[in-house]
Amino acid sequence: MGVVGERLQPSLFERSRPGRGDGKIPHPPQDALDRLPGPARRREPPALPELNEPEVVRHYVNLSQLNYAVDTGFYPLGSCTMKFNPKLNEWAARLAGFAALHPLAPDAVAQGTLRLLWELEGALAEIGGMRAVTLQPAAGAQGELTGILMIRAYHHAGGDTDRTDVLVPDSSHGTNPATATMAGLRTVTVPSAPDGGVDVDAFRAALGPRTAAVMITNPSTLGLFEERIGELLDAVHAAGALAYMDGANLNAILGRFKPGEAGFDVMHFNVHKTFSTPHGGGGPGAGPVGVGERLVPYLPEPRVLREADGSFRLERAGERATSIGRLRSFVGNTGVLVRAYAYIRAHGGTGLREVSDDAVLAANYLKHRLRDAYDLPYDRACKHEFVASAASIRRRTGIRTLDIAKRLIDHGFHPPTIYFPLIVEEGMLIEPTETESVETLDAFADALIAIAAEAQSEPQRVRDAPRHAPVRRLDETTAARQPNLRWRPSAGGVMPCPD
Amino acid sequence: MPYGPHTGDDRARMLAALGIDSVDRLFDDIPAHLQASELRLPPPEPELQLSVHLAALAAENRTDLASFLGAGVYRHWSPPAVDQILLRGEWYTAYTPYQPEISQGTLQSVYEYQSLMAELTGLPVVSASHYDGASATAEAALMTCRQTRRARVLVSAAVHPHYRATLRTYFGARLEVDEIPMAASGDEAGTLDLAALERLLADRDRPVAGVVAAQPNFLGLFEPMDRIGELAHAAGALFVAVVEPVSLAVLAPPGEYGADVAAGEGQPMGIPAQYGGPYLGILAATDALVRQIPGRLVGLTTDVDGRRAYVMTLRAREQDIRRDRAASNICTNQALLALAASIWLASIGPHGLRDVAAWGAQRAAELESALAAAGAFRLHPGPYLNEFAVRVPDARAVHRRLLDRGILAGLPLAAVLPDERGLEDGLLVCATELTTPDEIARFGEALHAELAASAATDGRVPVGARSR
Ligand SMILES: Cc1ncc(COP(=O)(O)O)c(C=O)c1O
Repeated sequence: MGVVGERLQPSLFERSRPGRGDGKIPHPPQDALDRLPGPARRREPPALPELNEPEVVRHYVNLSQLNYAVDTGFYPLGSCTMKFNPKLNEWAARLAGFAALHPLAPDAVAQGTLRLLWELEGALAEIGGMRAVTLQPAAGAQGELTGILMIRAYHHAGGDTDRTDVLVPDSSHGTNPATATMAGLRTVTVPSAPDGGVDVDAFRAALGPRTAAVMITNPSTLGLFEERIGELLDAVHAAGALAYMDGANLNAILGRFKPGEAGFDVMHFNVHKTFSTPHGGGGPGAGPVGVGERLVPYLPEPRVLREADGSFRLERAGERATSIGRLRSFVGNTGVLVRAYAYIRAHGGTGLREVSDDAVLAANYLKHRLRDAYDLPYDRACKHEFVASAASIRRRTGIRTLDIAKRLIDHGFHPPTIYFPLIVEEGMLIEPTETESVETLDAFADALIAIAAEAQSEPQRVRDAPRHAPVRRLDETTAARQPNLRWRPSAGGVMPCPD
Repeated sequence: MPYGPHTGDDRARMLAALGIDSVDRLFDDIPAHLQASELRLPPPEPELQLSVHLAALAAENRTDLASFLGAGVYRHWSPPAVDQILLRGEWYTAYTPYQPEISQGTLQSVYEYQSLMAELTGLPVVSASHYDGASATAEAALMTCRQTRRARVLVSAAVHPHYRATLRTYFGARLEVDEIPMAASGDEAGTLDLAALERLLADRDRPVAGVVAAQPNFLGLFEPMDRIGELAHAAGALFVAVVEPVSLAVLAPPGEYGADVAAGEGQPMGIPAQYGGPYLGILAATDALVRQIPGRLVGLTTDVDGRRAYVMTLRAREQDIRRDRAASNICTNQALLALAASIWLASIGPHGLRDVAAWGAQRAAELESALAAAGAFRLHPGPYLNEFAVRVPDARAVHRRLLDRGILAGLPLAAVLPDERGLEDGLLVCATELTTPDEIARFGEALHAELAASAATDGRVPVGARSR
């Protein structure tokens, strides 16, 4: 039995028939466009598909069924926190008062949303132990850019313009070094210690008058709490640099560790991980950024302000000369933030702490279950996720982590994140989250254990996986060598239309 | 915890398997002096209570106004089918299609989005979404710098002020941005000043990587895009067109007038305004730029059995592979919004899209007449599609007072373009297919009454006012 639907669909363009689907919108007067100047006009109308509603619905419903999703099954994609997305939050974001509000509407018209945003900023500041929060960044990566630009502005304001280096551990997420480049800085990669933690001595050696910032993910991308974080933060500050915390893994430490209290100067939150806003097949998310006292002046504009009379308003353009400016249009991904707010209110402080307790318990339990079948390169208490490795299996049988991942599909599961972090040989990063039952965790462990046995007994079966998916392994080489990135009528001739 | 499945027994079983008596043991690696202070948040709200609370917050916003506000975000009708499809959990609770075998739905929908946008823009390579129009514009400008290995970009002052601000933030650290002023008077008032562009391009010591202009521009006016493109190319620069997707049903596509990159805000394609996002950053480019375009790309291929299938491709541009040499740091994007736009386009079709654009023009022309009758005339002589600026003395105060009459009278330009001379008294107003003749009449009457009232207090007669 397949884990997802099997009905492959022809493209929208192949379904199109001239003349279909007109009539939803009344036709405007013939002369409505007469005033358009000739040179600005389009000569040929765009060749968009023409479909009627039943076909559109069937197309997209059938397509949706080709997807594996949290709503259909266990999705232990490490680093992504694929927890259940409460339905109340989808309802809330669609309330007309929230959904129809124009982002340039006067403050007087937007008090409900402004209040929500202001309270959310406060809640995130409390969770992160930070002084203030901006909700503007559209995702974690944009939060990183925001944070690093603020750090840069801080150094420049102090006349410290030679600080061009951003130190990251080699286990860091790709967005960290990519962010440093976008901010005009240079990445220095520091190797991890053998126990998977930051190598404090290596960091000390790399720190210096050129260091602008250190970016640390805590718990790390290996799912480990950085036990020496206090020492590292002291060293960073002694060198005159600032410390950025990548908060992607906050789901492990809610109510247990507040980065700001520990000495981090700035951090981002991935609300689409920790606070359960849906991942949307790749997005949207939101990446609020919390800062300590030193960076408050540099926060992007506009901030949400509370007036003496208790009303709320958005900061005006240019009101705070020290701001790094805007990262995007308008205030932020407000519709996502409404969901995050609802999630935080549903849990309260006690509930959020339980979230982390259960997420960490589930990860440790699952790790324990896999102990005999897989390598556990960092075998100590993990946080919300852990790395298992198929290095020994590969040496014994030739079966790789990729094969195991594909075979998991046949067993009805979404594979974990594989080959990340890059420093682990044949690694798989497994994050069960707190919303999966023990029965599910056991079933997943049983499947992984069974596959490890199959690797020995029936390796071809593992190599041929997946068998029970709408398509089998793909020809990625041709896709990259001869990119076909848009539908052209001729493409249909090359590949038969599925039906 | 409201959404957790574990019973006391479940937890006890897991703890027993681990040989520990309390989950606290799993946090012993947090040094004592770094343990968090108590998390002080309001107590948990059960869903019943929370739903009432959220509805009350939403009701504190006023969305009952007759709105003529656009300025980059436009109200359009969306067939209910669009949101009903979007609410399927298979779409919104999946993530990046790292495992293509069980993500063909997302992958095909992205490929179709790329194809739809390629049709609309006339540019063949479309990335599968950026955060919004502003960040997509900044990424487009960065592409021109990478491709030309030059470090200076020119942006028209008639590009959305938030996009220009974003561009400055993205460029601030390492690259230069100069603004091309608008023509202040004459037939071209409010559009890019071509003579100034030529002067800026002529500075040989600071060669230009890209020229950025918007069509229609922020004031709703048409730019001479082919001419801007020619000037840019003659100076060895690339040309970035900032576009509004609905207008592309009737306006020349960027690929036709020589743009190398198109960027824009996809929100008008059926995405609710929701106070700023999530929206959809459109980014499209010529084939020559395929290795510079940031963000995900989905390609058509086959599986081992020869079946048609879709997969993320050309990934060596991306941060997870290239790290500090990636084209951008973008990871989480706006895929669900790209899906929303695709379903919207598929639902209304090419004729529907044209009708939406044409209704905007029709209603805007009616609005222009109604406002003129009330004594508020256009600030610029050039033609427009569905948005334009009018002069209203003391625009900000009038705008505020009109709110009390149930009218959201567009955007006072002084709020967003404080340094632009001649726009101090401007109101930027727009109409779409959702604007009704009744709303237009109410706006005209309310404005007339306001202008008459202020004329009475200052003893002035509003220009062109007539009694109704
Ligand atoms: C550790 C880590 N850092 C940063 C990011 C980037 O966040 P986003 O995808 O929201 O841009 C991710 C997300 O994938 C992550 O896992």
